[in-house]
Amino acid sequence: MIFPALFFGAWISEVNAGPIRVGEFASLTGASASFGQSSHKGTKLAVEEINAAGGVLGRPIELITEDDQSQAGQPATIVRKLISQDKVIAILGEVASSKSLEAAPICQQNKIPMISPASTNPKVTEVGDCIFRVCFIDPFQGTVMSKFARENGWKKIAVLTDVKQDYSVGLAEFFIKDFLANGGQIVREQKYSTGDKDFKPQLTSIKASQPDAVFVPGYYAEVSLIAKQAKLLGLKVPLLGGDGWVGDSLLKVAGKSLDGSFFSSHFSSDDASLMVRNFVEKFKAKYGEVPDDMAALGYDSAMILADAIRTAGTTDSGPLRQAIASTASHAGVTGKITLDPQRNASKSAVILTIGDGGFHFVKKVEP
Amino acid sequence: MKKPKTLLLIAIALCAAASFFTGGINPYYYDILITIGINIILAVSLNLVTGYTGQFSLGHAGFMAVGAYSSAWMTLTFGFVLGTSLPATGGVYLIALFGGGLAAAAAGLLVGVPSLRLRGDYLAIVTLGFSEIIKGVIQNAEPLGAQRGLGGMVQHTNFFWTYAVVALAIYGILTLVHSTYGSGFLAVRDDEIAAEAMGINTTKYKVLAFVIGAFLAGVAGGLYAHFKQFIHPEGFNFLKSVDIVVMVILGGMGSTAGVCLAAVILTILPEFLRTVSDYTWLPGPVRDLAENRMILYSLLLIILMLTRPQGLFGKMAFIRGKKS
Repeated sequence: MIFPALFFGAWISEVNAGPIRVGEFASLTGASASFGQSSHKGTKLAVEEINAAGGVLGRPIELITEDDQSQAGQPATIVRKLISQDKVIAILGEVASSKSLEAAPICQQNKIPMISPASTNPKVTEVGDCIFRVCFIDPFQGTVMSKFARENGWKKIAVLTDVKQDYSVGLAEFFIKDFLANGGQIVREQKYSTGDKDFKPQLTSIKASQPDAVFVPGYYAEVSLIAKQAKLLGLKVPLLGGDGWVGDSLLKVAGKSLDGSFFSSHFSSDDASLMVRNFVEKFKAKYGEVPDDMAALGYDSAMILADAIRTAGTTDSGPLRQAIASTASHAGVTGKITLDPQRNASKSAVILTIGDGGFHFVKKVEP
Repeated sequence: MKKPKTLLLIAIALCAAASFFTGGINPYYYDILITIGINIILAVSLNLVTGYTGQFSLGHAGFMAVGAYSSAWMTLTFGFVLGTSLPATGGVYLIALFGGGLAAAAAGLLVGVPSLRLRGDYLAIVTLGFSEIIKGVIQNAEPLGAQRGLGGMVQHTNFFWTYAVVALAIYGILTLVHSTYGSGFLAVRDDEIAAEAMGINTTKYKVLAFVIGAFLAGVAGGLYAHFKQFIHPEGFNFLKSVDIVVMVILGGMGSTAGVCLAAVILTILPEFLRTVSDYTWLPGPVRDLAENRMILYSLLLIILMLTRPQGLFGKMAFIRGKKS
């Protein structure tokens, strides 16, 4: 029988002075594997760095990673495994909000701190006081882009929202609120749905309203088509968006039609700061590729946890949770991270522009 | 058939007895145990449709979704109308489980009546389309959490309820297909034209198999929703349907014992493979491969299918009913 073998095979005796066990769950296979692989690489790099520098509290960190196959139902199972069998003291993960939302109640019940690298849905940290994140939440990006638009002197903005995505609706709402409150003018609001292919009616209407720029807080699949069709219709103003734009196929589909557009994101590998340059170099040396947002956030999540263990001086869940919650001005590769009372990261966003077939760093926007 | 009924009672009594000892189980193993139970229900119910009646359905996860969401909605909305004590909320939970099953059965009837006139691949495509529609509806239904998923259910599902339903499902399906009336299912599978010529209402049998299968899948969905306490439309996608189909095919179409065993193996195997890379006595390459356990898992599936094309047990069932 396999079941008894499962009991014995995975039996790991409890150790006190050995390595500090940290659990990670990620989508290493399946639909969102590219996100999961990235964040996992960043997390792993951080743990290796910490251990090379002597670990924390004189003990190395042992990262135990489990794959959730991008499948609903799996996070609950493997987080139970990490907590009850591997006896981890904290959990890192996931990128996708729906996976984090499944795991969070279990971490909360067991009083095991969980740090999500990149789940931006506001609901995730609302689960309880043990759930943290190192990324900003959706509404923040809307405000950031509005600020950026105002700074560029754009007065009239049209908004094109994906009504099927909470993410898109959230960004649009906060963009409009901030923009109107500061004397801007929203000249047109248009909507589309995930999976749409033809955006010409909306774009024609937007063009007629003569905006200075168009805010399109959608995901890359539709945004690339929107950009292409906007060019065809002769809409020459820049498009603005959020981190949903980042995706393999964005530039492949959109070609040059997105040149001169701007979007907000977590991290830019072009950032000239020493910290980021070091990180990019080490990442390249280890994996032979340039780190993306998810890798950077994974890296920061592990670093914040290590810092908190040092501050707490113990791995006991109570003091550790307290130490994570009091994280302030942590110098991470994705900016200076302070955790607010709602356990969300308050930090800067980067604005990137598109040109020459790549993304380029424009500026940092502080919260 | 007196004996199976006694067996059923014994099985349920065993579940009740065993549930006294589940408190001390490591939560991870407990999770696997419950998942096995839910998968057995899903597999034996699909086995009625695919194995016994010969209708290839790729939409079983859709029925599970209907059951999961409707039962979760019921306990979230009416969970405390009878009070906050455990018997009160537990009562609502049981009603919700049943209600979830009924909702799924209604969905089964809705999709079954028009589409079961189709055969083979066509039916597979219709059922696949149906489960995608269910997913699409949920993704757009704000009261059901839409794309965010639905959480906050109380964890009512435990060892007893899960395995009591498992016992009932196996008992119900076996007694049904081994009854005189139930021979109709097998007739439809073996030769639809001949069955029709003998005066069997084939469409009625197909719809009935579909509705019962959907009901059980719905109950399984309810158990799932109240165990994991979080459900998401993506959890009931095409891949989930395929998982269940694989259990039925690997177990042997029409062999309830084989299908149960396949459900057990296919639930434990991926979890067991997580530990393979910990065995230091294994040669390096095997452990490296185990790092990508889904490759190893798929490889084992291929080997199993090649060596046991007729299913794990062939056509053997728990009970070889004597036709009187």
